Amino acid sequence: MTKKAYLILQNGDVFEGKSFGAEGTVISEIVFNTAMTGYVEALTDKSYYGQTPVYSFPLIGNYGIIPEDLAGQKIIPSAYIAKHWCDTPSNFRCEENIDTFFKANNIVGLCEIDTRTLIKTLRDNGTMNGMITTDLSKVDHKAIAEYRVRDAVKNVTTRVKYVVPCKDAKFRIALLDLGVRETLIQTLVGYGCEVHVFPASSPAHEILAVNPDGIVIAGGPGEPTDNPDVVQTLRSLKPKNIPTFGLRLGHQLLALANGGVCRKLPHGHRGGNHPVRNTETGRVYISSQNHGFTVDPSSLDGSIARVSFINTNDGTCEGIDYLDTPAFSLQFEPDACQGANNKNPLYERFISMMEGGKNA
Amino acid sequence: MPKYESVKKVLVIGSGPIVIGQAAEFDYAGTQALRALREDGLEVVLVNSNPATIMTDQAMADRIYIEPLTLTTVRRIIEIERPDSILSGLGGQTGLNLCMQLAKEGYLEKMGVRLLGASPETIDKAEDRQSFKDTMKSIGQPCIPSKVVEDIDSALEFADEIGLPVIIRPAFTLGGSGGGIAYTRDELYEISREGLDASPIRQILVEKCISGWKEIEFEAMRDRAGNAITICSMENLDPVGVHTGDSIVVAPAVTLSDKEFQMLRRAALNIVEALGVEGGCNCQFALHPESFEYAVIEVNPRVSRSSALASKATGYPIAKVATKVAIGYTLDEIPNAVTGKTFAAFEPTIDYVAVKFPKWPFEKFVYAKRELGTQMKATGEVMTIADSFEMAIMKAVRGAEISLSTLRMPKLEYLSTEDIRTKLSACTDERLFVVYEALYRGISIEEIHNITMIDEWFLSKLLNLINYERSISGKMLTEEEYIKGKQLGYTDSSLYQLSENPIRYFRAPTYKMVDTCAAEFSAETPYFYATYDDGDNEAAPFTDEMKKPRMLVLGSGPIRIGQGIEFDYASVHCVWSLQRMGYEVIIINNNPETVSTDFDTADRLYFEPLTPEDVLNIIKQEKPEGVIVAFGGQTAIKLTSFLDKNGVKIIGSSADSIDMAEDRERFDALLESLNIKRPKGRTVLDCDGALTAAKNLGYPVLMRPSYVLGGQNMIIAYSDNDIREYMSIILATKNDNPVLIDKYLSGTEIEVDAICDGVDILIPGIMEHVERTGVHSGDSIAIYPAQSLTPELTERVIEITRLLSIGLNARGLVNIQYIIMDGEVYVIEVNPRASRTVPYISKVTGIPMCELAVRASLGEKLSDLGYKYGLHPSANTVAVKVPVFSFEKLTNVDTQLGPEMKSTGEVLGVGETVREAIFKGLVAAGYTMDVSGGVFITVRDQDKDEIAPIAKKYSDLGFKLYATAGTAKLLKEAGLEVSVVDKIHQNPDNNTKTLLDSGLVHYVISTSATGRDPAMDDVKIRRRASARRIPCLTALDTANAVADALASNFSEESVALYDIHEIS
Repeated sequence: MTKKAYLILQNGDVFEGKSFGAEGTVISEIVFNTAMTGYVEALTDKSYYGQTPVYSFPLIGNYGIIPEDLAGQKIIPSAYIAKHWCDTPSNFRCEENIDTFFKANNIVGLCEIDTRTLIKTLRDNGTMNGMITTDLSKVDHKAIAEYRVRDAVKNVTTRVKYVVPCKDAKFRIALLDLGVRETLIQTLVGYGCEVHVFPASSPAHEILAVNPDGIVIAGGPGEPTDNPDVVQTLRSLKPKNIPTFGLRLGHQLLALANGGVCRKLPHGHRGGNHPVRNTETGRVYISSQNHGFTVDPSSLDGSIARVSFINTNDGTCEGIDYLDTPAFSLQFEPDACQGANNKNPLYERFISMMEGGKNA
Repeated sequence: MPKYESVKKVLVIGSGPIVIGQAAEFDYAGTQALRALREDGLEVVLVNSNPATIMTDQAMADRIYIEPLTLTTVRRIIEIERPDSILSGLGGQTGLNLCMQLAKEGYLEKMGVRLLGASPETIDKAEDRQSFKDTMKSIGQPCIPSKVVEDIDSALEFADEIGLPVIIRPAFTLGGSGGGIAYTRDELYEISREGLDASPIRQILVEKCISGWKEIEFEAMRDRAGNAITICSMENLDPVGVHTGDSIVVAPAVTLSDKEFQMLRRAALNIVEALGVEGGCNCQFALHPESFEYAVIEVNPRVSRSSALASKATGYPIAKVATKVAIGYTLDEIPNAVTGKTFAAFEPTIDYVAVKFPKWPFEKFVYAKRELGTQMKATGEVMTIADSFEMAIMKAVRGAEISLSTLRMPKLEYLSTEDIRTKLSACTDERLFVVYEALYRGISIEEIHNITMIDEWFLSKLLNLINYERSISGKMLTEEEYIKGKQLGYTDSSLYQLSENPIRYFRAPTYKMVDTCAAEFSAETPYFYATYDDGDNEAAPFTDEMKKPRMLVLGSGPIRIGQGIEFDYASVHCVWSLQRMGYEVIIINNNPETVSTDFDTADRLYFEPLTPEDVLNIIKQEKPEGVIVAFGGQTAIKLTSFLDKNGVKIIGSSADSIDMAEDRERFDALLESLNIKRPKGRTVLDCDGALTAAKNLGYPVLMRPSYVLGGQNMIIAYSDNDIREYMSIILATKNDNPVLIDKYLSGTEIEVDAICDGVDILIPGIMEHVERTGVHSGDSIAIYPAQSLTPELTERVIEITRLLSIGLNARGLVNIQYIIMDGEVYVIEVNPRASRTVPYISKVTGIPMCELAVRASLGEKLSDLGYKYGLHPSANTVAVKVPVFSFEKLTNVDTQLGPEMKSTGEVLGVGETVREAIFKGLVAAGYTMDVSGGVFITVRDQDKDEIAPIAKKYSDLGFKLYATAGTAKLLKEAGLEVSVVDKIHQNPDNNTKTLLDSGLVHYVISTSATGRDPAMDDVKIRRRASARRIPCLTALDTANAVADALASNFSEESVALYDIHEIS
């Protein structure tokens, strides 16, 4: 007999469901994701630090746990909410179902709640904190209300600098890890880059010491303003005019370093279907996103920054080109713009910036 | 204003008659397209030969030609109308082929007509096998090893190179018509030849067989700026090998990990980019179940059956958006009407699963080969939505109207486990149920997977249902068990049957929304499905406040032979009429191909099965003033007594009226009291009773089960043997309903649709059938107005119609079929509901029959609505409805027409005279109207008196006559020159079959006393004719009418063309 489990939201709403995976009590920010696949990748998505994703698609775990897609990475989300989890997954790479995996990795799961009702609550009231527990006596409304995701970057960045080699490397990249995805590093290697991955707290001189052709700032979770040290580093790096590519939190911090501000979105963008428009060409791309904050473009000096992409649903900023330095940044996964034969103009742009730097 | 400013007047080509592989989905798509064009202020001209459609309604376009979809006719319409543009992607394969041919021959350019939507280059890249392969190669998309060949030898040679089995796919055909899988060289030879014949350009693709791979589809959309999205992924439960139209399909794909999903999604986007698609596009992939290897199977750069499904599964209006894209809009400029907040440039995401289940015609065609393969055989489909696969498949099966309420098929329970195991390898329409039975018997998932290649995920879900059924068997359910059962999709009555205990609980469903975005944005025009979770009931905010009086309309479910698109036409018109009368209207239907399930047709749509519990739950949620059953065919009618017993108010003819028309004893009593004649008849329960009854009545007799639909299982018996064969088939179905035997009267068949307001009736028009009684009315050529009725008989028909309508206490539509014989009028049957001919007669008389019927049902009087009682004055033109069949898709089905309906669709022919109308109707139905070559004749004894004059007509036209010995003797006696042909078994080298293969014969006239059994020579001849696409006339009246049409000197160039606005 599976145990009853509960989600208690910050606003007092209680959802009664069942427990799966590990049993326990977890307080976190509850965020919803509308993608229909990708629950395995989400487990290692550092943006989920301090958060519990709830998936809108009701059948989670259909293809079980695929170790290859976890890539040996740390499990990030605090807990996990699914309407139904699948005890008989099917996929040629599947090794186990999500329940046993969650138990083994101490991930608290809640299922058999009406996730659609929960998502509508989050949509209408904004992202909220919540507690998942099997024990109602542990409910602490004050603790739920006071919860904040803290030191997110510090907790997901690499502890030590390391190098991802590349055969016949054409470029050397310094990557400031704010919670980078392994796949991004592999993509850069694929473009002929030797990638030096730095902890988020690395000072500018250490980064410059490897004499990089380009800088990538990528990740991650939490509130942008929690990272004043990284913003300072970016400010120090700016005068060096090294080609710079900011992604996700990196996009937000680059904006802060250039005098901009970020604001919280009502319920974030999390899913695989977010349309972004290239403001120059008018082309629209469907992107994967996972973020709760957005850069306020009006806070940036128009003479040094130009909005390059906007979200066609809510008009928020999805990318910035910097006019005074060779830098640009994106809020979404660049895979959105990938074309036939794996050509991606966004990565190519960064590569050609580095080529320009070399030729100059 | 369209984005392309030069576009002012657009010609839209529809898809023509409903055939297997091209059905109601194109009425849905076409209707959306017409509205999208007119929304932009464009002048729209429509051509479509199918009168049963909503798109051909007067209000849908500025000019409407219900005319043949041939190159000549379309050219003539372009010359009359001078449109500046033509829309290619909305009329199915038929529309696409026509546009492409007009473009290729330079005609469009010459006439200054711009092709909107898919360009000829795009169409070629997708449809021409070789350029498709080249295109895929250029963007690194893998294809299955294959080769385009134009002769049999090359096919054999290539198969030697890649190894058997191989799949044969003919180029440019509907639903893979004429293709198949060849496991041996002999099969390859045979299928190649059929495929070459089926292809209009004599081209086939020989392809490595990858049966057993997963079949995954993506619907994509791209605009002129290159913005591209995928709308929906779909996974076929049946792996590659079964046509997707015959597969159980789930949206979204459920067994793909994110890697595989993104890989195929990206492939679909790259494909639409490479093809330069502007509009919707369907991409089919085969994915190896144990690796990342995949191949692109097929790409259709147009809206399709799959796009209709994807539309309904997600809420994204693909046809509308494709149309807007075709006139120059980019996706980010087109609003998403469901959310009202976002734009078409996004990918829908869903928080449920949708399951499509096909509807096959095999219950009508007992001898049809039920094996499924690359040739689509389903006539229709249902779709259901739920938050689990289990519940969705349960709803789909009970909504498919195949007499099942769970997945356990009673007839399989009697088979041994070994038989079940054997049956697993046969892929038929019943495979899901065989698999279920196999799981029930304890055959392992692994073993079933190895045999069927159905993914273990699906098998595990089926096992969940079985485990639940086992767990409650013979048990009083706890509340928890009851709710679990509801969540798995069981109805209360199924739970009662399974548990064999009374159900002590009741749980009402919570309705959830289809909103395209998984609740990320609030929705303005959502539709609903039932779940049994304990969250929000999202219908409540809409239903709680009664802003207007409310009515609920029942739709007609899946398209099947006998209950087709006509009933969707009627349901939709019922909805619109009620809305005009100020009602808030709710519709329930589960057919994703239809206009009735479009998100903005009714005020609210429930995508739910039309079964008692599901319907009653919705009624309880909505609390309508009344429920309208009269427009949804037998599907809705059969719910009447259940609803009536549950205190639901039925608007229109009451449950009692319907019962009086259907119950033989009550109906006979009514006829007697009114002094109206009908053929004498008996009711029997077994074979002996049937034989005795037939003896008393005298052969021939008409036999049918009571409570029939579309003449299902109806035959004319000429002998005791016929009765024995028939009764053995009927009794085997274990159906307890009695069998009706009537004296068969061979006379002129007359059909009337009337509207009764309780005081009197209005008859918009009387139809006369070309074929005498004995051919089902749905398969007959029906002429309006009736040509041979004397004024006295006309009066008598009007009078009987009035007496019966009033006598049955009917309100609204009444359909009556009559036989005229020896100056007497006999009644065959009366249906107090909308019939198949309502759209046809509405269009040719201009009388809004559905609206009048709705108003009459709600108490308005026809006289107050500006109509005179009695027969409406006839139009100046003559119209005919000509049936269209899908025989080439249904192996082993006898094509001889009889009392059992066989046609899948219909076309209209309009002319000044009967001959002109019939000529046009035949052209529209696909007859080439050749007036040279040969006619092969073989008729049964009872037709021999009449055949000679008909044969003479063909002979006089210059046809060479061929006949079998008996028929030839007669024709010679009549002074005709005729070549005798041996029967198949008489001479292996030179016989009726080789004659048909020789190409010398252009028409076949074949009737036989009995039929059906595919082993019979006559049936073989008719099948051969169908395979060779030779028109085969199986009723002498049809043969005579065709001869007269051929002799009429009309040509496609000379016949008049009518805008439907002008004829009525």
